[in-house]
Amino acid sequence: MRPPRRDSGLVRPYVVTGGRAHSRISFDLVSLVITVDDKPSGGPEAGLSPEKRSLLALCRGGALSVAEIAAHLALPVAVTKVLIGDLTDSGHIVTRAPASPATRPDIQLLQEVLDGLRALV
Amino acid sequence: MGSAPWSDGRPRAVYLGDAVERAVKILIVGHFAVGKTTLVGALSEIPPLRTEEIMTQAGALVDDLAGVTGKDTTTVAMDFGRLTLNPRLVLYLFGAPGQQRFQRLWRDMAYGALGALVLADVRRLDASFPVMDMVEEYGLPYAVAVNQFDGVPAFDTGAVRGALDLLEETPLVVCDARDRASAGAALITLVQYLHARATKEHP
Ligand SMILES: Nc1nc2c(ncn2[C@@H]2O[C@H](COP(=O)(O)OP(=O)(O)OP(=O)(O)O)[C@@H](O)[C@H]2O)c(=O)[nH]1
Ligand SMILES: [Mg+2]
Repeated sequence: MRPPRRDSGLVRPYVVTGGRAHSRISFDLVSLVITVDDKPSGGPEAGLSPEKRSLLALCRGGALSVAEIAAHLALPVAVTKVLIGDLTDSGHIVTRAPASPATRPDIQLLQEVLDGLRALV
Repeated sequence: MGSAPWSDGRPRAVYLGDAVERAVKILIVGHFAVGKTTLVGALSEIPPLRTEEIMTQAGALVDDLAGVTGKDTTTVAMDFGRLTLNPRLVLYLFGAPGQQRFQRLWRDMAYGALGALVLADVRRLDASFPVMDMVEEYGLPYAVAVNQFDGVPAFDTGAVRGALDLLEETPLVVCDARDRASAGAALITLVQYLHARATKEHP
């Protein structure tokens, strides 16, 4: 797996409100989640909640989107985002922000989508 | 790609290819039982997955692990699927409920989406109005696909366009949501439109 990339556009994943972390829209449903390989397993993971350990176990197999993680863990997306925020902060995972053409339509990206679909269906 | 070994009942995780670096999404929207899940399933390379959001009646997403119990919350399901378009790019299709009370959910779904395919049923076009209002409210460019259910009499596309009050540029296609090629053609029509639109805006 390639080294983790820091996305400069990534907002801090949550703000703490009233002693509890609330996720904000910094992880999209299709943000991709990748575990950080060099994090020693066992030691630091022992203190994690069962949900976080399940999430790491799931993600160790390869990259998945936030939505897929929520579906496989049978957790609401909003809860999953909080867990992902925490695990990003603790250095266990990195996320790759999705392509966000909402602000400016990316013609090249749309062409790539079109080519891909035409080849597939 | 590999699979997680422990799945119990739920579909196994099918991991993305190692080279995937970008993900995009398109929403498949429409009223109750119009064929959203069917279309996502016809196109997806993985068994369609389902997420559930717990929402308060006020429309807030519950993000506490303990959840909020009782009558004040409701669950909203979203079905989705995936298509790896090339080694670097993956497309997610989200089947989205049209109800207007799920504002927060819609904001999350629409954020960054390329566009929406609005599924419609000619026997109940008025049921599509709230859905189209939502899509327009969130500024999503869209195409309309009339899902051709068995036994539906022939209809005039001009009349459908009129009933749905479509812009001249908005594509209208007929599809069979169960058929991969037909569903794929509808999606391609949408993306062609998105491409043409982007080219016009930023030549
Ligand atoms: N004949 C025919 N039946 C269809 C077609 N598309 C969907 N159906 C059937 O219509 C029913 C509803 O389809 P779904 O895909 O579940 O619709 P949906 O929009 O996901 O429904 P909700 O999520 O409940 O709002 C199912 O029984 C499908 O098998 C179609 O193109 N032709
Ligand atoms: Mg459905």
